Amino acid sequence: MTHVLDPGALSGAIPTVRAPLAPYDDVTRTAAAFRAFLHGLPGVDQVGAEARVATLGTRSIKTTSKAWAIDTAISMVDLTTLEGADTPGRVRSLAAKARQPDPSDPTTPQVAAVCVYGDLAGVAREALGDSGIHVAAVATAFPSGRASRAVKIADVQDAVANGADEIDMVIDRGAFLGGRYLDVYEEVVAVKEACSRPDGGAPAHLKVILETGELVTLDNVRRASWIAMLAGGDFIKTSTGKVNPAATLPVSLVMLEAVRDFRAATGRQVGFKPAGGIRTTKDAIKHLVLINETVGADWLDPDWFRFGASGLLGDLLLQRQKLRTGHYSGPDYVTVD
Amino acid sequence: MFEYAPAPESRSIVDIAPSYGLFVDGEFVDGTGESFKTVNPATEEVLTEVSAASAADVDRAVRAARRAFEKTWGPMRPADRSKYLFRIARLLQERAREFAVLESLDNGKPIRESRDIDVPLAAAHFFYHAGWADKLEHAGLGSNPRPLGVAGQVIPWNFPLLMLAWKVAPALATGNTVVLKPAETTPLTALLFAEVCRQADLPPGVVNIVTGAGETGRAVVEHDDVDKVAFTGSTEVGRSIARSVAGTVKLLTLELGGKAANIVFDDAPIDQAVEGIVQGIFFNQGHVCCAGSRLLVQESIHDEVIASLQRRIGTLRVGDPLDKNTDIGAINSAEQLARIRELSDIGEAEGAQRWQPACDLPERGYWFPPTVFTGVSPAHRIARDEVFGPVLSVLTFRTPDEAVAKANNTTYGLSAGIWSEKGSRILKIADQLRAGVVWANTFNKFDPTSPFGGYKQSGYGREGGRHGLAAYLKGADQ
Amino acid sequence: MSSDRLAVRKTYKLYVNGAFPRSESGRTYEVTDTKGHFQANVARASRKDARDAVVAARAAFPKWSTSTAYNRGQVLYRVAEVMEGRHVQFCDEVAAGEGLSASKARAAVDAAIDRWVWYAGWTDKLAAVLGSANPVAGPYFDFSLPEPSGVVAVLAPQQSSLLGLVSVLAPVLATGSTAVVVTSRDRPIPAVTLAEVLATSDVPGGVVNLLTGDAAELGPWLAEHADVDGIDLTGAPATRAMEFEREAAGTIKRVVRPPATEPDWTADPGLSRMTPFLETKTVWHPIGL
Repeated sequence: MTHVLDPGALSGAIPTVRAPLAPYDDVTRTAAAFRAFLHGLPGVDQVGAEARVATLGTRSIKTTSKAWAIDTAISMVDLTTLEGADTPGRVRSLAAKARQPDPSDPTTPQVAAVCVYGDLAGVAREALGDSGIHVAAVATAFPSGRASRAVKIADVQDAVANGADEIDMVIDRGAFLGGRYLDVYEEVVAVKEACSRPDGGAPAHLKVILETGELVTLDNVRRASWIAMLAGGDFIKTSTGKVNPAATLPVSLVMLEAVRDFRAATGRQVGFKPAGGIRTTKDAIKHLVLINETVGADWLDPDWFRFGASGLLGDLLLQRQKLRTGHYSGPDYVTVD
Repeated sequence: MFEYAPAPESRSIVDIAPSYGLFVDGEFVDGTGESFKTVNPATEEVLTEVSAASAADVDRAVRAARRAFEKTWGPMRPADRSKYLFRIARLLQERAREFAVLESLDNGKPIRESRDIDVPLAAAHFFYHAGWADKLEHAGLGSNPRPLGVAGQVIPWNFPLLMLAWKVAPALATGNTVVLKPAETTPLTALLFAEVCRQADLPPGVVNIVTGAGETGRAVVEHDDVDKVAFTGSTEVGRSIARSVAGTVKLLTLELGGKAANIVFDDAPIDQAVEGIVQGIFFNQGHVCCAGSRLLVQESIHDEVIASLQRRIGTLRVGDPLDKNTDIGAINSAEQLARIRELSDIGEAEGAQRWQPACDLPERGYWFPPTVFTGVSPAHRIARDEVFGPVLSVLTFRTPDEAVAKANNTTYGLSAGIWSEKGSRILKIADQLRAGVVWANTFNKFDPTSPFGGYKQSGYGREGGRHGLAAYLKGADQ
Repeated sequence: MSSDRLAVRKTYKLYVNGAFPRSESGRTYEVTDTKGHFQANVARASRKDARDAVVAARAAFPKWSTSTAYNRGQVLYRVAEVMEGRHVQFCDEVAAGEGLSASKARAAVDAAIDRWVWYAGWTDKLAAVLGSANPVAGPYFDFSLPEPSGVVAVLAPQQSSLLGLVSVLAPVLATGSTAVVVTSRDRPIPAVTLAEVLATSDVPGGVVNLLTGDAAELGPWLAEHADVDGIDLTGAPATRAMEFEREAAGTIKRVVRPPATEPDWTADPGLSRMTPFLETKTVWHPIGL
């Protein structure tokens, strides 16, 4: 038996309420000031970050911890379909799976959300009913983000009107890589405003996709994370799933460090969603370990952490069946999407 | 809360006999010295009893090594010596899990480290040196490099198998034969290595393992027919060895203590620096001669770094060395634990502030929690003496010059660390540090191709790389 | 050729920190040629002179060791140039001190000058010959470079008063260390002249300190001195070398043991006199974006 020296080490006594962005309230006053701030964030040594996640990747999660991890991971899945060929039928099928991931075992938790294009958000909303499962819609000219601001805002408003209570936007990577950080920031602020409901209902949660595969360096990932958090994003998300590489562990590490540091400085907790490339239970557990040892238990909750995935759920269910029955399962025992 | 269930590595892969003898001339034989027990430091369980080699036993081992040098190993075609070393490397890989478990049992180090670092690196050392055996004339060490003869080697308990590999692989590759004494508290992997030598059909006498304590080591070092002495251990013992070989023709390599500065500048990649600080001082329970035991942090970021460091230390997992999720294992011996406690108490008495995380340690065995002393002055003993345990002393600096002055203000000179995102600064500081190994934006990395060894009272001679070969050759210019 | 002029005799002093002090002890000793004729009264260095010399050598080390290899090479070559100008004087002193024929003395002086030239050419080759880029199994750039040990005490050969002296001193300088030299006890005159050469060449003060006197007396102080990094025992009395080595062990000094008999200094020295006082520094740095 090993002992965690201080189980509370990672949880600060910081309230999770939305606070003004002090002490950063002046960093966006000019483009130059914002640039200076972002480039003043500590650098990330890529090799060191990779070494850290490699070590964490050796954690051995067995028996009861594995069972807990699998159920936790299932409850954190944003079950996703983002294909040009998506139809209402397919979305309804996915919603059914979201509500009851394993028909052979009703103790299986349901997933956190179903993630679709905005035009199908209404179908998903209806199919999910009162299950408590969220409807996430990608918006802002997903996945490229190449459209005018007005079109992106309209895209968001449409998805919200269709019943999405979570919006997964993409940042303008062109603006970011071109050094126009304030443009990126302002667009996130605008999208955040568009997430509010005309009827005064709770605004949709905003997940900000950085598309880290296009940002390339971990320094850029850290800067983009801060832009998204400062602009009011409720979640930061790695990728669209349409670009490789997507959610790598070093990227997740850096983004988790960002949400950790942001909460420490401002008091506001921001969620994290790795998406794309997480296909196996092993990948998922590595992420849970990463959260556990980087930001702590406060983020081990579907309100603060999601997996953006389509195939992952199937493997989680296979592994769950193995733990329950004691023998290996096979794809025929898991429902297709 | 994500609790990790116990994930113990199985002990069943190792088969520890009730007693062990010496390995001399290809045979396991009883020593004529008094036997001693070796214990699992995590539980204080006696693992087995081991023969101590008397001076007469050591003499037999040296004579066997001499015979092998003259009759088999010396005259052998270099290409064949090379192949023997490759064989050994492969056998170490094949039996890697067994070595790892045995190392963790005998030493107390976490299985994650013995499995992922000690044993793979030991095999890598044999692979690397195997290739040299038939290429020595191309090593740039003179046109006719020749072996010295019999090498007497004495190694410490902190990396038992790895230090054996650092000693044995270059000695054999250069055509020498060896008499090696493993540390008294950690003899078991060396004896398992002896079995590997037999499996490899290594000719008798090429490798001889003589177990025992200081007396046995002295007999090895002082033996008249030893041509080369290689020692890794404390500076104190190193001094006495240097004295004892004075006036002889024995060549000497010493890898001794250290008190490395790990310098963190305000432009460092902070998260990686914190990892590097943790790696630097808590790797192998801090039982590392090149441990980054003095953190020199720029004053402007002191509070931030210490807060991050403490948060990170809180996530370390201390306990059963065989648990795959353990980060920090047991202190190797009661004696070492006493020394760590003594120096820590002195640190507190001298006015430094001790910080340890909330900590639940096993009741049996030798344990010491990861410890950070802040407010340490260069005058404090914990800033000067090698603790050889999981104890970090934190000092501050204001300018690069002050960092260098403080870093070099030690009689040791084994290693140092630099953390900065500015390339030219790293190169400048690296240039100014009087230390044999400088890790920039990393720490405690080792590789058989990379020469390792100290400046000043951290010793002389290098292990690893082309430089390491020179220590075992005559006619070698360097 | 005779002259009525009364010669001006030289006072033979120590060479410490770029200056020519008398021994603080006030001691001198008589030096004769091999035929027993009086040559000079030479300063006999004391342990305090040795101490002062170590202080000077330590103070000179940071700048000397970090000067560019190119610059050190030029400084060493300059020593050869200046020696050449005193060729006749060196020949006379070596002939008298070592009892050599004029032609043998000339050969020794020639070789001594050439040895400076040889080492001058080494300064900027050492890193290439002794350094390495190490192909570690990971994303790190890893390189090793030779660096000077620091302050090196040299007990110069007792027989070969100039060629031997240069052969043990020049490699210490070429590799970037600074030196405290105890010259041949009975044949110190060429060393004093060499000091004058060094003082008028470009070697910075303190980089070389030459103490005339007795290695048997000064050896233990240098061997034990905690601020000395290495010691060359070539000129140590055979009966005392082991004792000096034991004393040097107290601070883990790098030691060059004395040869059984003084070697033929005309032989190619190879790297053997440079590597003992060179450390190897290995630097690791990650390779990443």
